[in-house]
Amino acid sequence: MSNSFHIVVCGGIVPDPLQTLEPAIGPNGPALKNELLLPHVLDPWAAHALYEAAHLAKAHAGSPPVSKVWLVSLAPKAKLQQVMMTVAQRVPFELVAVDGPSGGFTDSFDVAEALAGAIEGVPGLDRARLLLFGGWESASRAAGATMQMVGERLGITEQFQGVDELTVGEDGSLRILERVEGGQHQVSVCSGPPAVLGWATGNLPEPANSPQIGMQNMRLMMSALQKAKPARVGAGCTFASVALPKQQRETRVVKGAGVEEIAREIVEWVTAE
Amino acid sequence: MSDRPAMEVDIVCVGFGPATGGFLHTIAPRLAEMEAPPTVICYERADGLAFGVSGVATRARGIRASFPELDPSQIPMAAPIHEEKLLYLLDPTGASRRSVPVRMLDAIAGLAHDNHAVELPWIPGFLRKDGGLVLSIGQFNQWVSEQLMMTGAVQVWPGMPVAEPLIEKGAVLGVRLADQNGEPGMDIRAALTVVADGPVGPVGRRLDEHFGVPPGFERNDWAVGSKMVVELPSDCPLAPGTVFHTIGFPEPDIFGFFYVHPGNLASVGIFVPSWFDSPVRTSYRYLQHYMMHPFLWQYLKRGKLRSWGAKSLQESGRRGEPWLVGDGYARIGEGSGSTNVLSGSGVDEAWSTGVQLGESVLDLMREKSPYTGENLKRTYVRRRRESWLDKESRVAENARNGFQRGFLTGLIGMGMAGMTRGRVTVHASRRASQDRVRSMEEYFGRRIPQPEISRIEKQCHTDGVPLHDRLMDRLGWPPIPFDGEMLVSHQDALLIGGKVQGAAGFGDHVWFVDREMCELCRRRICLEMCSGEAIAPAKDGGAPVFDREKCVHCGACLWNCDNIQFAAGGGGLHSAEN
Repeated sequence: MSNSFHIVVCGGIVPDPLQTLEPAIGPNGPALKNELLLPHVLDPWAAHALYEAAHLAKAHAGSPPVSKVWLVSLAPKAKLQQVMMTVAQRVPFELVAVDGPSGGFTDSFDVAEALAGAIEGVPGLDRARLLLFGGWESASRAAGATMQMVGERLGITEQFQGVDELTVGEDGSLRILERVEGGQHQVSVCSGPPAVLGWATGNLPEPANSPQIGMQNMRLMMSALQKAKPARVGAGCTFASVALPKQQRETRVVKGAGVEEIAREIVEWVTAE
Repeated sequence: MSDRPAMEVDIVCVGFGPATGGFLHTIAPRLAEMEAPPTVICYERADGLAFGVSGVATRARGIRASFPELDPSQIPMAAPIHEEKLLYLLDPTGASRRSVPVRMLDAIAGLAHDNHAVELPWIPGFLRKDGGLVLSIGQFNQWVSEQLMMTGAVQVWPGMPVAEPLIEKGAVLGVRLADQNGEPGMDIRAALTVVADGPVGPVGRRLDEHFGVPPGFERNDWAVGSKMVVELPSDCPLAPGTVFHTIGFPEPDIFGFFYVHPGNLASVGIFVPSWFDSPVRTSYRYLQHYMMHPFLWQYLKRGKLRSWGAKSLQESGRRGEPWLVGDGYARIGEGSGSTNVLSGSGVDEAWSTGVQLGESVLDLMREKSPYTGENLKRTYVRRRRESWLDKESRVAENARNGFQRGFLTGLIGMGMAGMTRGRVTVHASRRASQDRVRSMEEYFGRRIPQPEISRIEKQCHTDGVPLHDRLMDRLGWPPIPFDGEMLVSHQDALLIGGKVQGAAGFGDHVWFVDREMCELCRRRICLEMCSGEAIAPAKDGGAPVFDREKCVHCGACLWNCDNIQFAAGGGGLHSAEN
């Protein structure tokens, strides 16, 4: 049998974490200071999922029906377009854009509804071969529940979160390593798609930029952006209270620090009041 | 057969800055109307399109012509200039190196100073930026790229350094991308290559090597521009659009600027020129002393560092203009000698060269004429020669000659050139930047006894640190009172301000050609002036070492030493606020 997949990756965009990010209260609730100025990146958790998807699609290209990757993204169109100029050079995929606020995890329910709706509208998507990928978490204001709700809306009951590895058996079964407590992995096997995989970090490095892949992705990207439907996310949502974590840490780069020293600092930080 | 991958496009642009922005903005709307538009691609070395650096107070004539309905409030950090001052800064530290005539000037200026600064009663017309804009180059580039990509007619790809042009039989046939992860970079073949990779870009330099340079061409004058973006204290009274140009401090040769953006942000920076003959011409510590000058400090105190960056500026202006066109290529922007060194303006001029090339390319498309040197000459070069840009650059051509003979002669020379529209200038022999630098004894001999210089030198070698801090300490520059907010160490400025990162997959882009020569070199200006401390002393006392994770790609090493190779590489600054 053909082990080819239709892989849909859900991935939003977030302010580039290298920039100066300062929490602030904006007119619509918690925001970042000067958020308009900030360049954005694909949510790093979703980016891992995208690289894993592309790797899987390449490894299981299949003879028709072939494997294919879609990236479904809810974000402001202009910012999404900028992010795509970097991401689209990395791996082949087709973009499905939904126009809405970035950091759209303000309300996971609305986000899940918008994403599920966009996925249901993907032409030619074979739900029997569908693997729904995304970040287990998000570098945005995450609730950690979005992928699960998207899966439920699409009627996918096989769900895995904190995934670090996916292996496809000769019989088409999926062997999945999920992170559990104590630095261990839980190993699960399911008979095959459809399934939801919320990725942790995976094992793959960031792919190199490829001009050819960029050109190939770009052929359909502009029309996808132009066709992006607006989504209502977080309307009516209010914030009763907002607080920053008590433990905050100044980032420093120290080369050659010993493991003991690093461990001691982390323990001090975690246990600090 | 070569296993190097290749790809065909119609037009390839090297580097995304204001010049390429002007070019693409001019052609994109027309391409969007075509049924089968040509493929136009731009490759930018930096990891994002907003990671440029420049302090920008510009008349914006070219930019406003491209955007007739321009609303500055739509560009983050942009504001119309509403107040402009030219200030002479006195030396409150007593450590600045001032000649007898400068001391006399100080004495006169000191009679009526405010916080050790004297506002000049009048700003010459050639310096004024009437009706202009204060901009963040990063935010401006990001805003332009958004407009461009929404047209869908052009593609701008960041994170893709271009290694060199492809030259065959006297024509440029495209570019070769830098190698990545050990894989050979792709050849991008194009009918037209638009070269806009700045004054230290490898593609422009390779063209100069291959095709030679026009008679009279010289690029002896350079500067390192180093700046911070600061969040001003909430009670700062300065309004957005306030512009201070300064002269006189931290050293007379070092010019400075202070531009106020909306959102309580300000760009504060200095230019350390190649005619500043110090063998330890560091910019970072001078920048901190500049910011702590009492006049500026009254506004900056309790501020917070948001961003930092540095770049090389090609200060020869029109004298550094290479061949602008040839078969299959055209050059625009700062690397094409467009900077006006009299008005100290480069961004709007660079933008305008891009517009001129864009209009010319549209002409050639309509004619269905190929991009030969002759065709580009009769369209692009002709447009450029007939424009305000070229006329003003001729006026400016020799305006800075006087600085070769000293600070005051330089100021007088600029004034004369400006007042007479370039007819009267100071004559001076110009030397290559690396030949101007004096020895330790020549430069510091009058203020530090020779045996002490040797002792400091030896101790620095033993400790594996550059000389500049200790020499500045010895000369009486006060220590920097680090506060962790704005006054931070150079390395913290890289991390907190510039967000400097090395990009994965690329090799070292700086290397020492003859390492034995480095081992014998006593001057070692490479590690004294390095904007990011990326070039550092070797622990074993041998040739310096290069750490690409700290490099901001300013290229100052290139014009300070001819034993250094500076190639295409990834990474660098990651701040979008510069």
